[in-house]
Amino acid sequence: MSSTADVAAARATKARGSGRRSGITMKVVSTVLGAVGTVLAASFVIFVALSFAPGDPVAQLLGSKATDEARAATSAKLGLDDPLLVRYWDWLSAALHGDFGTSFTYRTDVIELIKPRLETTFLLVAMAAVLMLVVGIGLGTIGGVSRRWRPVVSALAGLGISIPTFVAASVLISVFAVQLGWFPTFGAGEGLADQVEHLVLPAVALSISYGAYVTQLSSAAVRDEAGKEYVMTSRGRGIPSRRILRRHVLRNAALPVMTASGLAIAGLVAGAVVVEQAFAIDGIGSLLISSISNKDYPIVIAVSLVIVVVFVVVTTIIDVAQVLLDPRQRGDR
Amino acid sequence: MSAIALDNTTTPAGARRSKDKLLVVSGAVCLLVALVAVFGTVLAPHPPDQTDVLNASLGPSADHWFGTDGLGRDIISRAMAGARVSFAGAGFIVLGSAFLGTTLAIFAAWNGGWVDRNINRVLNVMFAVPGILVAVLASAIFGAGFWAPVIALTIVYVPFYARVVRSSAVRECKMPYIEGLELAGVSSWRICTRHVLRNVSPIALAQATIAFGSALVDFAAVSFLGLGVQPPQAEWGLMVADGRSEILSGAPQQSLVAGACIVVTVVAFNVLGDRLSSRIGADR
Repeated sequence: MSSTADVAAARATKARGSGRRSGITMKVVSTVLGAVGTVLAASFVIFVALSFAPGDPVAQLLGSKATDEARAATSAKLGLDDPLLVRYWDWLSAALHGDFGTSFTYRTDVIELIKPRLETTFLLVAMAAVLMLVVGIGLGTIGGVSRRWRPVVSALAGLGISIPTFVAASVLISVFAVQLGWFPTFGAGEGLADQVEHLVLPAVALSISYGAYVTQLSSAAVRDEAGKEYVMTSRGRGIPSRRILRRHVLRNAALPVMTASGLAIAGLVAGAVVVEQAFAIDGIGSLLISSISNKDYPIVIAVSLVIVVVFVVVTTIIDVAQVLLDPRQRGDR
Repeated sequence: MSAIALDNTTTPAGARRSKDKLLVVSGAVCLLVALVAVFGTVLAPHPPDQTDVLNASLGPSADHWFGTDGLGRDIISRAMAGARVSFAGAGFIVLGSAFLGTTLAIFAAWNGGWVDRNINRVLNVMFAVPGILVAVLASAIFGAGFWAPVIALTIVYVPFYARVVRSSAVRECKMPYIEGLELAGVSSWRICTRHVLRNVSPIALAQATIAFGSALVDFAAVSFLGLGVQPPQAEWGLMVADGRSEILSGAPQQSLVAGACIVVTVVAFNVLGDRLSSRIGADR
């Protein structure tokens, strides 16, 4: 009697356990599928929208003096006579094999143009992200814990979030590059050390407003957590506040901070477009802007897609990490 | 990307009053900048487009309070004239996206079910595309100018309202009085416009105030990139870009003045929006 009950209970537990696990898997799978769908939808919209953009790729490739036969041949080779959906399909299947077509202005493979610039942009975003996270989370924690520093931190963050990257760039160039001469004014530099030196000011400019955003959110998260009842109880029991802070408050506040940081990193990627232009850095952002002016649409589409992919990958990682780290999000319903 | 109010936990009465002072001050600054935007071209001490190459890149003086730019144009006059374009850009973006976002949110909340779910899905996809990229691509398609970034950013800002307004509209639609109105035979249109909209509009207003700051920055950023308003038009983002060459020759006035205009305006609107939304939070 009791043994059958045990077996039934064990079976029930097992079923529930696997159900929970499959719940997590389902959530992760659907998040990832949603991300893939988002990228596909974005690629379709960008491709179709840019096919309506002004400009004549054939004239751009051949010049205005080309014969009609040559024009027709090039047009057919580029597939410009095909219906829009066919062209999108051709582009997509080529893109999935890493072929984003040929640039109209540089006359080389788009992917070869993007690769070295992507490294520069990556270094810039990485440096800005480190700055943003260290300063943002650091200041945020101070503002969340210390009552005395809270107004200072909150004022700093409120100011920082309102400084556009291109304004910060102008001020930094004026003060630290022109007046003081500590850093180079423009360009990305050669070799890693030189590159890092060139990218210090751009990284600072890029990290200010998102750093302020991270500061605000982490300060709020820490303060909310520190105001909870268990903190007061633990303090009443004589546990040193430093230990409460490290063991409980910061750990529990980490999740919202992580989410905010992820979103901010995604924002840095988009912000890099402006910063690269401001500091004349040869990354994918400035490539995007110059290609728009040159009506070089294969590059425009490819770079836009790279930015969207990075954006979506970062936000998806946050979503998945949240599901994995936060028991409340695992859907035990 | 916004500075959303998060401090409403433990504020003593004294601090509350001092923060209301913040509301008044930020509101006054917003109003002042708005007045400059409307009357700036009349109030400007010099004609904003008058060039004077002999007096180019001057420092501050009695005649030119903030100096002159590379073509000898008076910087403060151009900043005052530029306020109009920057304000108009941000204003159109905020009004358009507030209208679309609020309509969409109430429509989703009222219908519920799969309509709501699908609208949510589309909004999530829209959140996944960075706004500045959309604005830049719009300039590629429609040509650089005032309207391409305005239209693009209007669409980009829709989810920003729709999310917040939707959650409060859902709460509103579940209220017993709504059911009462429905039973009394009042039409859905009338309930939505007369009651739901009226009750969610304070939240939409607070969101709009916060959005104004980021819309101003994004619009100016597109001009800075050379894909928005074109020279010789005076606009803040354009002035920052235009001043870059003068920075290198040690005359950073133009970029700094235009940049300061942007920062002050954005701070004022952020603080105002912040105070408004925490007031609404306190009322509820």
